[in-house]
Amino acid sequence: MSARPRKRRKKGDVASKLRELGEGAVRQIRAGSNPAVQIPARTLANVKYDRKRSIIELGDQTQTRALFNVGQARKYMQTFLVASACKDLLDAAKTTSIRDLYYITKHTIGGTKQNTFEEQEESDPIIEDLEVTIDSLREEMNLFASNRGAMVGDLTLVDAGDTIDLRRLGSGGWSVPSIVEENVIQFKRCNAKMILLVEKDAVWRRLNEDKFWKKHKAILIHGNGMAPRGVRRLCHRMVKELKLPLYVLVDNDPWGFYIYSVVKQGSINLAYESVRMAVPEARFVGLSSFDPKRFDLSSNVFIRLDETDQKRAKQMLAYPWFERKAWQREMHKMLKEGVKLEIEALSSKGISFISEEYLPRKIRERQYLV
Amino acid sequence: MDVRIRRSTGSPVVLGETDAEMEPVEAPVAGVPMQAAGRGAGGRRKSTRAVSKKRGEKKTRAKPARKRGTKPRRAGKVTTAKRAPAARTAGAGNGSGQGKANGAEPAPATKRAPAKTRRRMSAESMAGRQREISVSEFFTKNRHLLGFDSPARALLTAVKEGVDNSLDAAEEAGILPSVRVELVEIGDDRYRVVVEDNGPGIVKSQVPKVFGKLLYGSKFHRLRQSRGQQGIGISAAGMYGQLTTGKPVVITSKTGKGRSAHHFEIVIDTSRNTPEIIEDHTVKWERDHGTRIEIELEGTYKGGRRSVDEYLEQVAIANPHAEILYQPPKGRAPVHLPRAAEELPPEPTEIKPHPYGVELGALQSLLKETKARTLSSALQQEFSRVSAKVAERIVRTAGLEPRRRPRDLKPAEVESLHRAIPRVKIYAPPPSCVVPIGEHLVRCGLEREIQAEFYACTTRPPSVYRGNPFQVEAGLAYGGALRGFVEEDGSPHSTGRDADAQQGPITLLRMANRVPLQYQQSACATFNATVDTNWRQYGLPQPKGALPQGPMVLLVHVASVWVPFTSESKEAIAHYPEILKEIRLALKECGRKLGGYLRRREHQKREERRRGIFAMYIGELVESLGNLTRVDRSKLQKELSRLAARHTDGDAEAIVAPTRRVRGRRKAAKEEAR
Ligand SMILES: Nc1ncnc2c1ncn2[C@@H]1O[C@H](COP(=O)(O)OP(=O)(O)OP(=O)(O)O)[C@@H](O)[C@H]1O
Ligand SMILES: [Mg+2]
Repeated sequence: MSARPRKRRKKGDVASKLRELGEGAVRQIRAGSNPAVQIPARTLANVKYDRKRSIIELGDQTQTRALFNVGQARKYMQTFLVASACKDLLDAAKTTSIRDLYYITKHTIGGTKQNTFEEQEESDPIIEDLEVTIDSLREEMNLFASNRGAMVGDLTLVDAGDTIDLRRLGSGGWSVPSIVEENVIQFKRCNAKMILLVEKDAVWRRLNEDKFWKKHKAILIHGNGMAPRGVRRLCHRMVKELKLPLYVLVDNDPWGFYIYSVVKQGSINLAYESVRMAVPEARFVGLSSFDPKRFDLSSNVFIRLDETDQKRAKQMLAYPWFERKAWQREMHKMLKEGVKLEIEALSSKGISFISEEYLPRKIRERQYLV
Repeated sequence: MDVRIRRSTGSPVVLGETDAEMEPVEAPVAGVPMQAAGRGAGGRRKSTRAVSKKRGEKKTRAKPARKRGTKPRRAGKVTTAKRAPAARTAGAGNGSGQGKANGAEPAPATKRAPAKTRRRMSAESMAGRQREISVSEFFTKNRHLLGFDSPARALLTAVKEGVDNSLDAAEEAGILPSVRVELVEIGDDRYRVVVEDNGPGIVKSQVPKVFGKLLYGSKFHRLRQSRGQQGIGISAAGMYGQLTTGKPVVITSKTGKGRSAHHFEIVIDTSRNTPEIIEDHTVKWERDHGTRIEIELEGTYKGGRRSVDEYLEQVAIANPHAEILYQPPKGRAPVHLPRAAEELPPEPTEIKPHPYGVELGALQSLLKETKARTLSSALQQEFSRVSAKVAERIVRTAGLEPRRRPRDLKPAEVESLHRAIPRVKIYAPPPSCVVPIGEHLVRCGLEREIQAEFYACTTRPPSVYRGNPFQVEAGLAYGGALRGFVEEDGSPHSTGRDADAQQGPITLLRMANRVPLQYQQSACATFNATVDTNWRQYGLPQPKGALPQGPMVLLVHVASVWVPFTSESKEAIAHYPEILKEIRLALKECGRKLGGYLRRREHQKREERRRGIFAMYIGELVESLGNLTRVDRSKLQKELSRLAARHTDGDAEAIVAPTRRVRGRRKAAKEEAR
């Protein structure tokens, strides 16, 4: 299936948004008012769950950041400093890490002992502020985080101009960059019928070695723990653009559930990215608390839930997207048993049990939760 | 009002005991006015009455009170009763002949059984010892009462008496005063004090009495605002000099152009309180008119607090119309304190006493001596603000006949008349009799002497205590040079409450009828009113029950036709509630102005800090916005600076300067990088 990426925005869109931000400030200055930017509040109180679209979203609350306010002046200046640096990146068509950006924008303010930024912890939130303010992802501003995650499968894509056939990448796979926007990654040829996102690199390697993707026409991707932005954004795009179902395989513990939850709904901290990252239709294939019985696993693979696990599980019981009966049953079961289970536990039934038995059966029998 | 103290009146038992210890060595001299002695001892009418009435009870109290630091109010009253122990102290101290004679007297009364004493003395034997004491003798022994107790204070007091007189005389003659003070060190702890003025001079015949007789002066018998009041000042200084150095007072005086100047050398015969002329000849003097006095005395010169130097500076503050030339001793540079005002203060008018506050005894003698033939006209003639109507009302209220002959009033009737006075509404005394320095000139005076950053002055409307009009004014100078040295790291003085507290207590300048008061601060009404005022509400730190703290000089001036001092040395103002109240009100007014200033300054500092912050970021912002939008950077910079000024209560200049530098440096840095 061929998919010409449908461009949601014209190229240069972000650059013009940045310019518009600057022009807005100049207009305010000319008008003689206290120049200020309105920044959507990235606070828990301003996060809400949109049931219809079933994603986490930022609310309408904004915070004002004004120049002529002793508490805000520095951040106001920093916001424009970062914006200006991003504009330079876009102009030069270069990407850089947020750590790099910190060094690019850091310098002493003339005639003082103060720096524009004292440490990266100061510049990172400013980047996030800028993202929400101009409603663009950092990746769209050519800022990236370090690569994490790998992908193989029956798919060909163009990465920064190079065509990559994801069937021929050996044991390592294609390293997923953090920027996977349309201008960098374009999908070419796709024969896959589904995407499988697994939590762990080890499991991914097992499945790759077993050529699971080939047998089941799948795209196999992992995020090495919590799925990074690049992986999530790529999944989002593949689901949207290639119209593929996304299956998620994580440990049977609250953290695994949380990884799934973030892939599905977006994180609370970065709720603003949800629209372009969340995959509400992501399917949770495992491991389920009912799997040990279903697959007759021996009880010696269980690990006791510790206190933080319990707490996290109880918290998640209250998440609106886990409200449905099936989910409640799933989590109550885990809490009732008081045990958790790693994906690797399946190896107790044989090293390729997961690729030959477990996954095919679960997908076939549609034993997944949404 | 002339209730006189006669040594033979009062309780003989009590007096006898005192006399036994006090017996003067020399015989009383006929002709020394008893009247003067009474005034001198009491210092003021109220006091004399108190002495005559209460001497019995006072006698016993006097003992503990004899040292310096006596309870202020009492000092005036108990003079007579107190003199016995005080004289002993003084006598032993200076080793004068009289003192020795006294030292040989029997042991103090406290060691004797009173009953025994009484039996020893008969009224007749006591009568043999009862005789007059010359006022000069009295003050020879009690020189601390006049401010000559320590050598340092003696030097200051001598200068003070001379300068007070010079200013009084010049002003009264309508001359802008120019006073020259010179201190010449002529040996160990020996100085010649020279005070010279451009006043009207003193006529030849008066010179000996003025300088050689205590309680001789032109100012006592009238109610008029002046520095001198008692007729003691300069002769006491001369007497002290004579006592400690044996040298006469030297006076040169000239009363007008073309007249000859007279040169006198005078000593006081203390036992008779009369002048003795040693030299009297005419001399040539380049001045048109004026007086020059020279007194040689035992004294110590020191700088700093309560020094002659400081005193003269304060004189200049209180008398902006006076020019002062000062030649300090020990080869120090001469000091010139020029005039800050070229006009004399308005002349204070002389008034009669106001009926409010007149004392019973005074009323009694007044009615006896008046020339008026009816009670009503007596009241009108002898008092100010008493019209026929008011007089009638007073008399009727007292249940008396207005046509009665004043002399015929019985004591009980005088008493009811006295009681009636406060029940009748009488206008306050005419305010023209008190002349304040004035708000503007207080400020000029402070500005001339103190480079402060803020000044506030207040002159209260005139008010009355005990029938005497008075007026209070206050001025303050805050910050600036008063803040002392620059911080260690060379940064400018820190400000704010903490810094103020580090400065320690403020300096209080106390003035009475334009005379700076130097000693007995804590006994003074001005001090107490200052301590009682809550300065914290005006932004100054103030420990409980103490002066406020900070780089501040506070001036309080009390002007009155009769300033109620707590003692003859005229150092502390008595605590009349009316005076305290007026001082407090004046301080409050000044305090409010200071509070406003300190708040404004605090605000400004905050705004400056804000401006600094904005200025710092504006440079960066201009760079960023310039890059994002290609707007004209220097124009944007100007617009932002203007805006910053608008948002921080400041002028744009303050912002432009630092940010330009910021931009310049960044540009340079960029170019360097390339
Ligand atoms: N420099 C002077 N020029 C003219 N007259 C003077 C001068 N010094 C003193 N007198 C006259 O001599 C009088 C006596 O002076 P003295 O200082 O002894 O008393 P006082 O000033 O009246 O009162 P006080 O004891 O309060 O100082 C004054 O009242 C004044 O009339
Ligand atoms: Mg005098």
